[in-house]
Amino acid sequence: MAKKLMKGCEAVAEAAIQAGCHYFFGYPITPQNDIPEYMAARLPKVGGCFLQAESEVAAINMVYGAAASGARVMTSSSSPGVSLKQEGMSYLAGAELPCVVVNMVRGGPGLGSIQPSQGDYFQATRGGGHGDYHPIVLAPSSVQEAVDMMQDAFDLADVYRTPVMILADGIIGQMMEPVEFHESTSKRELPKKDWAATGWNPASGRPRAIVNSLYIEVDELQELNDRLQARYKIIRETEAKAELYNTDGAEIIVCAYGTVARICKSAIAICEKKGVKVGLVRPITVWPFPEKQLKEVMDQPSVKKAITVEISAGQMVEDVRLTVNGAKPVEFFGKPGSYTPTAEEIAEYIMKSREA
Amino acid sequence: MLWTNIFAGFGGQGVLLIGQLLAYAGMYEGKNVSWLPSYGPEMRGGTANCSVVVSDEPIASPVLSMADCVIAMNTPSLDKFESCVNPGGKLFINSSIIEKKATRTDIEVYYVPCNEVADQLGNPKVANMAMLGAYLEATKAAKTESVLDALLYKLGEKKAHLIPLNREAIEKGAESIKK
Repeated sequence: MAKKLMKGCEAVAEAAIQAGCHYFFGYPITPQNDIPEYMAARLPKVGGCFLQAESEVAAINMVYGAAASGARVMTSSSSPGVSLKQEGMSYLAGAELPCVVVNMVRGGPGLGSIQPSQGDYFQATRGGGHGDYHPIVLAPSSVQEAVDMMQDAFDLADVYRTPVMILADGIIGQMMEPVEFHESTSKRELPKKDWAATGWNPASGRPRAIVNSLYIEVDELQELNDRLQARYKIIRETEAKAELYNTDGAEIIVCAYGTVARICKSAIAICEKKGVKVGLVRPITVWPFPEKQLKEVMDQPSVKKAITVEISAGQMVEDVRLTVNGAKPVEFFGKPGSYTPTAEEIAEYIMKSREA
Repeated sequence: MLWTNIFAGFGGQGVLLIGQLLAYAGMYEGKNVSWLPSYGPEMRGGTANCSVVVSDEPIASPVLSMADCVIAMNTPSLDKFESCVNPGGKLFINSSIIEKKATRTDIEVYYVPCNEVADQLGNPKVANMAMLGAYLEATKAAKTESVLDALLYKLGEKKAHLIPLNREAIEKGAESIKK
């Protein structure tokens, strides 16, 4: 298929529809409004349903309802709106329901700004709501990658019966890049949704499907938690992904995700001109964090230190430190809020850090 | 080939559009492209800008702090972005409404009388296309035909009759900077 120039938000919406998502419930917030706008125009044409809810809380609970009936369903928002959805996401995780939540992150805390940010990393990767759960969190760094991720996002949700989050930022959402839509086909064996509440009658011969996240008995809740933790273990072991760029024999490893990782690539080119070899480890899944990939790169004798770059006060850097586990220094460069560092600033930090 | 560009002007002058047309044209010619608008609490009459990258190689950062080319359609844009032109880069100034001259001496500066060109063609709306014409002439970053293909895609067949006017604006804009 020919390439199309599309905004990230619109491309994500189209990719979701092509992945079989016909239900969308959301509430407007900048910088992700192009997603509901696109869904509102397209979903009725494919026999789906777009509904603008009265609030984010309502929207995520509508997602719960649609997911409980076995449908592929999605919602999207940006930081303050995603905070409102956290209770619902915890319920979805507790009820073992698959869904996709897109977060086009903006500056915080509070209403913050409408410019890009990476300040929601902790919320996304640590669960965000109450209880011991994690959504799987995917972090695209280009419009094409966001598109390519959508099919697998829905598949991952179905396979592991868990919410999956696309953690992008305002730049990915608002930027136009050429995209190609490949025919969406699942690369995974998808389980039957025999747990879904699709209507019951006594003649069906199967038990009633009850979708619930309330377990009054301690032992029953334990069973759920054991099941979830066993699943998270498999996810940690098998689903972590990272892009390794220029890492062989590098002296310094930069660790960054999303848009910032691309700015780091430009910074790496600046350092290379000055004769310094810098590599990049870009987590594609931020939960599970690609510990194995990062560790292998950091274990190279040539590597002296890691520098994590984020638009935050330093969030992912904690996962980098946990992974490196004191073996080598891990530094942080970035600012909280919405200040997107330039390639020149990152390169300057790297060069100075090298002399230190 | 790598061109990094910042297009800036008043909201309504069509700077986001000419940036987009360049991105489309680059894509039609098989290049990697990105188009990133400034988005924020903007309003009509306020300032707008977009960063456009056209490259043979995959694009690393779509976020530009410095650019090979800056296109300034109004005075605030010149004030804000003159310092962002890479040494040896190109600065395009809409001389119809910007009375100032550039202060930099380490770059090439093109003065394009965009609004005059548009007025001569009888339609003030094509001032942006005159600027794009000058940009294409100076950089050869994309072919005029690709830009017009992109414009036709944006306008749709119903407004295809506007293509000749826009072509003329591009050509006149290009001529205006030929020495």
